[in-house]
Amino acid sequence: MPEKKILLKDIDKIDPGNIKSCKGGFKALKKALGMSPEEVIQEIKDSGLRGRGGAGFPCGVKWEMARNAEKDEKILICNADEGEVGTFKDRYLLSRNPFLLLEGINIAAYAIGAKKAYIYLRAEYRYLLKGLEGAIAQAKEKGYLKDLDLEIQEGAGAYICGEESALMNSIEGKRGESRYRPPFPTQSGLFDKPTIINNVETLSNVPVIIEKGSKWYGKLGTDESKGTKLFCVSGDVQHPGVYEMELGSELQELLDLAGAENVKWVQVGGSTGAVIPFGMFQRPLCYETVLGSGAVMVFDATRDVVDFVYRTLEFLNEESCGKCTPCREGTEVMVEILERLVNGDGVAEDIDILQNLSDTMIRASLCGLGQTAPIPVLDTLAYFRKDYEDRISQSVFLKTLKTVNGGH
Amino acid sequence: MKNHKLLNMIKEAQSKNGYVSEEAIAQMAETLGLPMAHVYGVTTFYSFLSTKPPGRHVIRICKSVPCCLKDGEMMAEAIEDILGIAPGETSTDGRFTLELTNCIGACDQAPAMLVDDTLYGDLTPEKIGNILQSFD
Repeated sequence: MPEKKILLKDIDKIDPGNIKSCKGGFKALKKALGMSPEEVIQEIKDSGLRGRGGAGFPCGVKWEMARNAEKDEKILICNADEGEVGTFKDRYLLSRNPFLLLEGINIAAYAIGAKKAYIYLRAEYRYLLKGLEGAIAQAKEKGYLKDLDLEIQEGAGAYICGEESALMNSIEGKRGESRYRPPFPTQSGLFDKPTIINNVETLSNVPVIIEKGSKWYGKLGTDESKGTKLFCVSGDVQHPGVYEMELGSELQELLDLAGAENVKWVQVGGSTGAVIPFGMFQRPLCYETVLGSGAVMVFDATRDVVDFVYRTLEFLNEESCGKCTPCREGTEVMVEILERLVNGDGVAEDIDILQNLSDTMIRASLCGLGQTAPIPVLDTLAYFRKDYEDRISQSVFLKTLKTVNGGH
Repeated sequence: MKNHKLLNMIKEAQSKNGYVSEEAIAQMAETLGLPMAHVYGVTTFYSFLSTKPPGRHVIRICKSVPCCLKDGEMMAEAIEDILGIAPGETSTDGRFTLELTNCIGACDQAPAMLVDDTLYGDLTPEKIGNILQSFD
């Protein structure tokens, strides 16, 4: 399957600074406002749209829960805290076609009955703020975003704030630590009000679903993964960038498009994403198999697996919010072990400890960070165990040398 | 609920002085009726907030995996050559502070860095030299 451009269809024709360039834009909004909120939600449910930020929760189901929540005041949050390593699709959408997102936000707010909405923009994307504010002002001038108080809340540099409960704490002016669940945000979220948190790409999918209908949209993709996905390809490729493909496309097709050669492994979905070794690139990219945020990091045969896992866990350890012990201490110990391996100081027990620790973290961590942090460790242990074992035997050998030298 | 402006207040304090001073923390705590520890705790949680005075410009070089794959470590070396500072340090003339940061979402332009709020990608040592020259 080649690229299938739906979200990015007219992206080159759009001037992000001028709403008039967005021909046919906001047509879906007009259509949605002619439907009842329940009909809009049903259409999104029927389309099979799932969250594009990584977790993949059915979008329409979420909306329905918030709409049906008993409290009157509902809040919509657009998650533009794109911190997942190797992910830059939201930056692309925000910088190239913010109007599409604003249309999606307007439709979503109408459907769930929200009068207040936030865009939580990461601090690293501060250079997008002016453009986004300009787009909002233009949309308001045109009469869109009516009856909606839309506020941009800037982050201040924290990966964990992409996690929805940490994000809400951040908007509330607190440390961005994850919350216990239940209650779920749709019942009691930001300021204890029913809250919907949707990713930039998820909301950008809404207009086309309303415009062309859920039946049309449902023809794209696989049984459980409808529509297209923006993939962010980086690393050892000739043409890094954003590629829009139908869900269910083979990883190999994407690698070919991006010009990847001599690939040893690929990590799909960001720092906590699955590791796919050479020989398994026929796997389809979809919620049934691997997807995550859509980050596709490519590593060629010259790359070292243990170095990669060490850097990845170092990142997760730094970004762990520290609230729950399994994640805070688990990532810490993993970094210690991996650092040992990288520095030629490993011991035979290291692999077993990594495996046991992974099991505990997956079961006992409070949020997605700690629950998924062991994935790159476990995947590489499954596919590249020899790389770890070689490191350990080298370490043992180096130690004997030290002993011999020490004897002189 | 009354505390929800805290993050924005802290950011305002930082943009005024370049960092969040102890006095500013005490003042915000008093205004909102919060313990100082709470304000300090929020300030130090976020990597873009600083309790120490930085240089006039803050360079943040990406140290995440996609930039590493594109020889990202070259960025720190090049800056050390030009400015004589390592990550975490401020140049003696007070122009620049150098920091390492996690993924800044510019992996298609790796290696990449932010200087203040501006993104620079596809960097080489020469490009870095030219960019730094353009700051006062």
